Amino acid sequence: MPELLTVHDPRGYPPQVTGKPLAPRLEGLEGKHVYLVDCLFDNSEAFMDQLQGWFTEHLPAVDTRIIRPRESWVDDPDMRAAIEADGDAAILGVGL
Amino acid sequence: MALEAGGVPTVAVHTDVFARLARSVARVNGMPTTRQAFVPQPVVGRSPGDLRGYIEGVDPVNGRPFMQEVIEGLTRPLDDDLTGVSFDRSTPRLLEPDTEDNLQRIFVESNWTDFLPVVLPTEERVEAMLAGTSHAPDEVVGRLRPTVYREFWEFTVEKVAVNAVMAGARPEYLPVILAMAASGVTARSSSTTSFSGVALVNGPIRNEIGMSAGIGAMGPYNHANATIGRAYGLLSQNLQGGSVPGETYMGSQGNPLSYSFAFPENEEESPWEPFHVQHGFDAATSTVSLFLGGWYTLFGNGPRETWQERFRHALEACDPFIAPIVVLDPLVARGFVERGFDTKQKLIDWLAENGRLPAREYWDNIWMQTLARPWGLSGIEPFASHLKADPDELVQIFQPKDISVIVVGGGTQPTWKMVAGSLRGNIVSVDDWR
Repeated sequence: MPELLTVHDPRGYPPQVTGKPLAPRLEGLEGKHVYLVDCLFDNSEAFMDQLQGWFTEHLPAVDTRIIRPRESWVDDPDMRAAIEADGDAAILGVGL
Repeated sequence: MALEAGGVPTVAVHTDVFARLARSVARVNGMPTTRQAFVPQPVVGRSPGDLRGYIEGVDPVNGRPFMQEVIEGLTRPLDDDLTGVSFDRSTPRLLEPDTEDNLQRIFVESNWTDFLPVVLPTEERVEAMLAGTSHAPDEVVGRLRPTVYREFWEFTVEKVAVNAVMAGARPEYLPVILAMAASGVTARSSSTTSFSGVALVNGPIRNEIGMSAGIGAMGPYNHANATIGRAYGLLSQNLQGGSVPGETYMGSQGNPLSYSFAFPENEEESPWEPFHVQHGFDAATSTVSLFLGGWYTLFGNGPRETWQERFRHALEACDPFIAPIVVLDPLVARGFVERGFDTKQKLIDWLAENGRLPAREYWDNIWMQTLARPWGLSGIEPFASHLKADPDELVQIFQPKDISVIVVGGGTQPTWKMVAGSLRGNIVSVDDWR
């Protein structure tokens, strides 16, 4: 019978995950302010321009506003506060 | 996710190759049901017409029209509850006893290795490894994560020792390996760029543990160099929560330097001050410097008659987003001293001044656009000035503070390399971990 070995688990210790609820959804987008958050990745600006164009053509009753954080991959509390202040929804893109 | 927490319904758009990663990040941040929509990869380099096609097309991951995913993501009532979302993610200290063959298979299938055979970390081997430090096994060393948008994992001295055993390291190497782990710099970055860790050792520890800064120093020719570099990689992937392709590793091509890239500076044969002394440490202190980079390497020999043109061309070929570590064989270093560069700083200043690109080319780069352009728009120099430059104006690629010069090699040929490497202040005392 082969020898049985006891070895260490090589992994570190992860943080405990606590579930967070999502924000309530809207009944519809007409008349709402939707922020299009350009994440600053290369060519995201062009993507958001096209997304805004799509809304203008197909859902003109939706008010879309493009907004950008100050830096890539760094939380911008001021930007979030601006969205939370008068935004009804947000679409972020394009992330990796 | 922060916006969701702030009461704003949100949809995040990603490219399809990042679907698994995006869902994993959402899960570990406690929002596995966050709404995500996907477009085809790439977005970079696509024309406005192409991008409109993505928007009017099908979400390649969810299989439904992209805009339907977006609109329903913001408007469809939430019907997924949070049952099972909160969970304890502790890891055991020991695995269930098993045969050597089965354990090797488990380690490979669990992505705990570099796909080369490892030394199984038995209790006896780990206890022997722990004799290499005076620190208690249960002392917390630090935290690592694969990238800034993932969670930190924490680890102890014992966990580092486990990975050091796996790499084949000896107990006397453990202070260097602990210092690497304590740095907070991972050797297994998740970046799509395919980074590797680069570790430079300075001070007396190099000779105490038999590292080699001479012939073959950056290759597989010395036990300490090879296993310390390997340990850095293994501890990074295992202590940070993984380095799994598609989830915690997205390097598009990978990097052979990720197997092992740790080496000492040849302080004895260098005509200049050691790297750590240049950065304010006493020569008698032992340190390890961790660089993030490794994805481009250039080579040359000299300095010969046309050395200035050669080095200008080499600097132009470096990726502008991260400055090089300029690695000189001692023969090259002495050649520069003969040409008047009697200090490292003089050479660094020359390299910074003479590394130039037309502004058009400088900015035609994915990371300059994504990361540096916002800095420039915010007024941060030199990016702000570079943004205002005419397209054909030659702009300085690197600042002196970002270029590193080190001396490594055995003097058999006057060769040099430029290796991508950003130090970012990460020089750690090895002596603290003896």
